[in-house]
Amino acid sequence: MTIDAAELQRRTAELLAAHPPATTDRLDFLKARFDAGLAWVHYPQGLGGLGAPRSLQVVVDAELEAAGAPDNDPRRIGIGLGMAAPTILKYGTEEQKQRFLRPLWVGEEVWCQLFSEPGAGSDLAALGTRAVRESGGDWVVNGQKVWTSSAHVARWAILIARTDPDLPKHAGITYFLCDMTDPGVEVRPLRQVTGEAEFNEVFLTDVRIPDAHRLGEVGDGWRVAQTTLNNERVAIGGMRLPREGGMIGPVSGTWRERPELRTHDLHQRLLKLWVEAEVARLTAERLRQQLVAGQPGPEGAGMKLAFARLNQEISGLEVELLGAEGLLYDDWTMRRPELVDFTGREAGYRYLRSKGNSIEGGTSEVLLNIVAERVLGLPSEPRTDKDVAWKDLAR
Amino acid sequence: MSAQPDLLYSEEEEALRAAVRDLLADHCDAPGVIARTESDAPHDLAAWKALSDGMGLAGLLVPESLGGQGATHREVAVVLEELGRAVAPVPYLTSAVVATEALLALGDEELLGRLASGRSIGALAVGLHTAPGAAVQAVHVEGGLLQGELSGIADAAAADVLLVPADDGGLYAVDASAVTITPQVSLDLTRPLATLTFADAPGRRLGDAEPAVRRGLRAGAGLLASEQLGLAEWALTETVRYLKERKQFNRPVGGFQAIKHRLAQLWLEVVNLRAVARGAADALASGEDADLAVAVAQAYAAGVAVHAAEEALQLHAGIGMTWEHPIHLYLKRAKADSIAYGSAGAHRTAVAELVDLRAP
Repeated sequence: MTIDAAELQRRTAELLAAHPPATTDRLDFLKARFDAGLAWVHYPQGLGGLGAPRSLQVVVDAELEAAGAPDNDPRRIGIGLGMAAPTILKYGTEEQKQRFLRPLWVGEEVWCQLFSEPGAGSDLAALGTRAVRESGGDWVVNGQKVWTSSAHVARWAILIARTDPDLPKHAGITYFLCDMTDPGVEVRPLRQVTGEAEFNEVFLTDVRIPDAHRLGEVGDGWRVAQTTLNNERVAIGGMRLPREGGMIGPVSGTWRERPELRTHDLHQRLLKLWVEAEVARLTAERLRQQLVAGQPGPEGAGMKLAFARLNQEISGLEVELLGAEGLLYDDWTMRRPELVDFTGREAGYRYLRSKGNSIEGGTSEVLLNIVAERVLGLPSEPRTDKDVAWKDLAR
Repeated sequence: MSAQPDLLYSEEEEALRAAVRDLLADHCDAPGVIARTESDAPHDLAAWKALSDGMGLAGLLVPESLGGQGATHREVAVVLEELGRAVAPVPYLTSAVVATEALLALGDEELLGRLASGRSIGALAVGLHTAPGAAVQAVHVEGGLLQGELSGIADAAAADVLLVPADDGGLYAVDASAVTITPQVSLDLTRPLATLTFADAPGRRLGDAEPAVRRGLRAGAGLLASEQLGLAEWALTETVRYLKERKQFNRPVGGFQAIKHRLAQLWLEVVNLRAVARGAADALASGEDADLAVAVAQAYAAGVAVHAAEEALQLHAGIGMTWEHPIHLYLKRAKADSIAYGSAGAHRTAVAELVDLRAP
């Protein structure tokens, strides 16, 4: 049968009737929602979905929100939802899908991503972490990863490692699911400019990964990783922001409440940024409407760029607006938060943290290349490393 | 906060776009527009006739009962995108939008019918630079006869009827044949300005000028964003096409990263402009939040259109600097549009009032 909006509403009502949110344990409700196929409706039946159009998820979400149902805390499990899950769905064995997707979605198991390395950031395929297969079939992994959000709370990781250094760099990589509780996995906090350690370094020393936790074919890891990375960048597309919903909110509020801080120069700059924030909000809203209408466009590729620049400019202005108070900072304590929380902190934190917005998830420079090549069809960058074995590349 | 504006295009709107684009491909090629700007008759009245007589587009905003199409600003916006893309020298924005909206505020059925059919072209006799709500120049009126001079009036050279603010607070309809219309040397050759001289010109009082002028200019400013979108899209598309073919240093110029980043940046701006122009058109159609939507659109749009035209010129290099290449038409239109119906700065000041972000 085809699943349309009316059918989804019917099934959502059924779920709510059988598991009233007011009297049902949070985790039990989420498991029931998963089992009813209302977790991510575009996933297959039995894996939290119904094979319905992805765009109809908003129908379910709206009904459940109106009924006061708990959500699965999507920000906390964002890496699992946005990166691990679509990759497991596309490349996983039946056993892997059954084992991992449900605890991932309900939030029992948090995921992190072991991709970037000290020498392999934007040039991710240059990575040097080695996975060597033993005669028994297990893999033994050695290397160092970096910029790993949530590693300190994660139960599982998606990992890419080099399995054949004699091949060119994109060809010799394999994709694994790594148990973060295994001996040999060491997570060290990496303190940032904000004073916090929101992400980590991860050291892998003789970590044993069973071959059953390999995702995709040996040597096919780069292609598998593309699924992960493409999904990372679409995550921003579906959101709905109210006017002044982003960083322009606090600075506009300060402007209204504290006339003594106002200057003509700041007024001109604030108005320009207010307009740009409103324009970006409309662009995000238009993208959302396109997705709902089943007409996804390439616009999502630009949203991250736009928000990164705006966050940085607005938070920079906010510190200036505060004048003498802008010279202060709320708290330099080294904490290890599970989430990035822009609004729970003060202007100085927002200014410093927003510097990461043009780096995390692909630098703005790399994203501009992607827009130019994939959207505008301009020629790609010249490549000198294409046919050279990884072990022979200059490092 | 009100409901979200509908920012997409409907199937009907896409069909309308395709029809207008076809028509302009036949009527309005760039060499023809350039040649026309050098003649005594810069307006393309054949294209105007095809748009108004042939397709009924001059009456989109006019109710069917008055001989119009009873459509909305959303459809008009699509027409203006295509007119901007072709930098078409037709008085569509000035007659079918600004003059028509002013008349809709006053309810003059006879004139609305004439403008809707395209039989007559109307022009609001207010300087093109004027922002919605700004003070306007008026002529002296006594006993229904108008005296004085107004300048900077767009498309007046093509107009049959002029809507003229007078010093008694009224808006008067004046037959163009009763006025001396002197062309000015305009920056934008495709939307030329003129000076109007009134010497005992007979006029018919239509009603109060202030609300009618304000409504006309607000619709003009809001829908100008769609013209700016079409213009910017042409500049981006044409520049990308050219730079995929043009080779220097044995590579397509579009393969150099410095160039790629500039074009990607421009693409982002055009994507934003599309959202904000749709937002303004939808808000004008629904009446929801229209003052703010128009001010936001005009605070943003001019910069993008000018940037797109300037990038097109620079990235075409020498050829972009020539008279025979059409980029200059787009640059002149974009720069003039950045002043038309209020500058970005004037609209930012309006935003400050509307969202309570007051000056020191």
